[in-house]
Amino acid sequence: MSRLTPQNEAIALEIISRYPRKKSALIPLLHLAQEQDGYVSDDAMVHLAELVDVTPAEVIGTCSFYEMFKREPVGKYLVNICTNIACQLLGAEELLHHAEHALGIKAGNTTPDGLFTIEDVECIAACTEAPCLTVNYRYFYKVDETDLDVIIEDLRNGRQPSRKAAETGPDGHIPPHGTLALQRQHIPADRAAGNADPDSAPAPAWLEQP
Amino acid sequence: MTAPIVQLVTSRFQYPDSFTLARFEATGGYQGLRKALTMTPTAVHDEVKAATLLGRGGAGFPAGVKWGFTPPGVWPRYLVVNGDESEPGTYKDRLLMERDPHQLIEGCLLACYAAGLSQCFLYIRGEMALAQTRVAAALNEAYAAGYVGRNILGSNFSVDIVLHWGAGAYIVGEETALIESLEGNRGMPRLKPPFFPAAIGLYGKPTIVNNVETLSNLGGIIVRGSEDYKQYGSETSPGTRMFAVSGHVCRPGVYEVQHGVTTFRELLYDDQFCGGIRDGNQLKAFIPGGGSSPWFFEEQLDLPLEARPVGGAGSMLGSGAIVVMDDTTDAVKACLRVVRFYARESCGKCTPCREGTSWLETILQRILDGHGRPSDIDMLLDVGDNISPGPYPAASWEAEGLAAVPFPPKQTTICPLGPSAVAPVVSAIRRFRPEFEAKIRRRAIGIPVRVEEPTHV
Repeated sequence: MSRLTPQNEAIALEIISRYPRKKSALIPLLHLAQEQDGYVSDDAMVHLAELVDVTPAEVIGTCSFYEMFKREPVGKYLVNICTNIACQLLGAEELLHHAEHALGIKAGNTTPDGLFTIEDVECIAACTEAPCLTVNYRYFYKVDETDLDVIIEDLRNGRQPSRKAAETGPDGHIPPHGTLALQRQHIPADRAAGNADPDSAPAPAWLEQP
Repeated sequence: MTAPIVQLVTSRFQYPDSFTLARFEATGGYQGLRKALTMTPTAVHDEVKAATLLGRGGAGFPAGVKWGFTPPGVWPRYLVVNGDESEPGTYKDRLLMERDPHQLIEGCLLACYAAGLSQCFLYIRGEMALAQTRVAAALNEAYAAGYVGRNILGSNFSVDIVLHWGAGAYIVGEETALIESLEGNRGMPRLKPPFFPAAIGLYGKPTIVNNVETLSNLGGIIVRGSEDYKQYGSETSPGTRMFAVSGHVCRPGVYEVQHGVTTFRELLYDDQFCGGIRDGNQLKAFIPGGGSSPWFFEEQLDLPLEARPVGGAGSMLGSGAIVVMDDTTDAVKACLRVVRFYARESCGKCTPCREGTSWLETILQRILDGHGRPSDIDMLLDVGDNISPGPYPAASWEAEGLAAVPFPPKQTTICPLGPSAVAPVVSAIRRFRPEFEAKIRRRAIGIPVRVEEPTHV
């Protein structure tokens, strides 16, 4: 696909400005690329390499380590079903099998219509609400097979999920894959303390005796 | 008698708008910061030291002491907040970030003020979209109100808090891997000792890495004082701790209890907490401190929720994650699932972990599938011994005359991920060896079946 759009490049530059070393911005920038295209494209990685002054190989090196980054398109809805111990004890493997059966694909694959990707994922920190799953990283708690059928049916028909997700977009729908936080940090220029340069930052002013 | 419930870090969870600045300010928020700015940084540091605030991320090291490990005269120093909660069974930091982000921000500010930290990076796990939204919104509010940034509340204290987010890798919860990740690299742990992050950390500079729950306690400690804080909990582990109890209990949930006073039995069986094992079943085993901890059993129920006694009894309190298994649980299957996690999440830097965790998974899978070999049990223990040599920490078992092997394990790896994969293997084989043997001999085992086998695969 593509490099970052001018709007996203502006966001990228703002993110980069918050770090003493440009490369530190790489993971947030890879998320930005994924938010733009739904996955991280090769062209976007070349662009990010230029923005943070590293080689494209270093960008792919970082990108390929983290499982949230998809280097090819995934379904419109990424359904991540946790099967780790707390969820497994309450039937998560059976739930995963049910999802595979309902969608006709094995975990790790995408439906032919490009709507759903299922993943068998590790603990997503909702253990007391087991079994749980996320759709594009929005949580659904204590999900049984009937709930899962309803969630799939709602999403397939473009409806707002009737079984409430922990967080939806302003229109009540689950945001597209790639969109994480619905709000970005913005440090106003007149309020910024500024980066602490590892090479030259002085002792903090407030530590000095008055 | 069960110690009374005290809510120190979860006090605002009752409000639907607990995450807003308005609610935070209306409930004593940023009073700790205001008070700290009237004190010297040393006085604030001393107050935290006096409170013996133990780190809540897993290692349980006192935060005030950790802050003191930065070498004098080396600048800048950084604060990195570990919000990469991913230990199996752990569910507390996400709640603290989603429901009370300002409490965490105030904690970051207090740590920076006391320890002279010039910039703060708040690293939130990638999958936690709502936590990222809430913390971003809270930071924007706090900047606008003058609580964060340049000349905070008109003082000469200036620090930026930068929201950073990960992208899915358990290993990044290890503090040196977290720093690598924050530098934009693959999240692989750095060798330590000799240099810990407090001496050489982010960009090679002194760096304090603190857990979300640890920092969330600071505001209350400064407002109410360390003496007040120490009236809760035990002498060596003051205050409260959040525990997520999941699995086969009647009421799974996240409970804030007095540290070192409440026992596992009270937390699991008391009606004000989990209310016992579901369906009147019997307890088979429980994981006391996240997937990495060796399993406990009936005999360990009366231990207090405190690091030292739990460590002496052969496990760890870890990150406050208790997973309860009743007698319908297949020990081999549960063991495999925990091991598979470590096999998937091994970063691949150290050979014993990269190879060992995969082999543990492979062997357990074939035992579960009915293709196990008689030598497999010994082989599992041997692979475990290559990752973590010597007697591995384990709970005592009086009926069999087995004494406890105290925590921690030895390791042939840089970080504790590899040894963590050995915990379920040694725990399950030591206690439930007949289940492994029965599967290898393809004989029926006496586990009551509760969940039906899937009808389709």
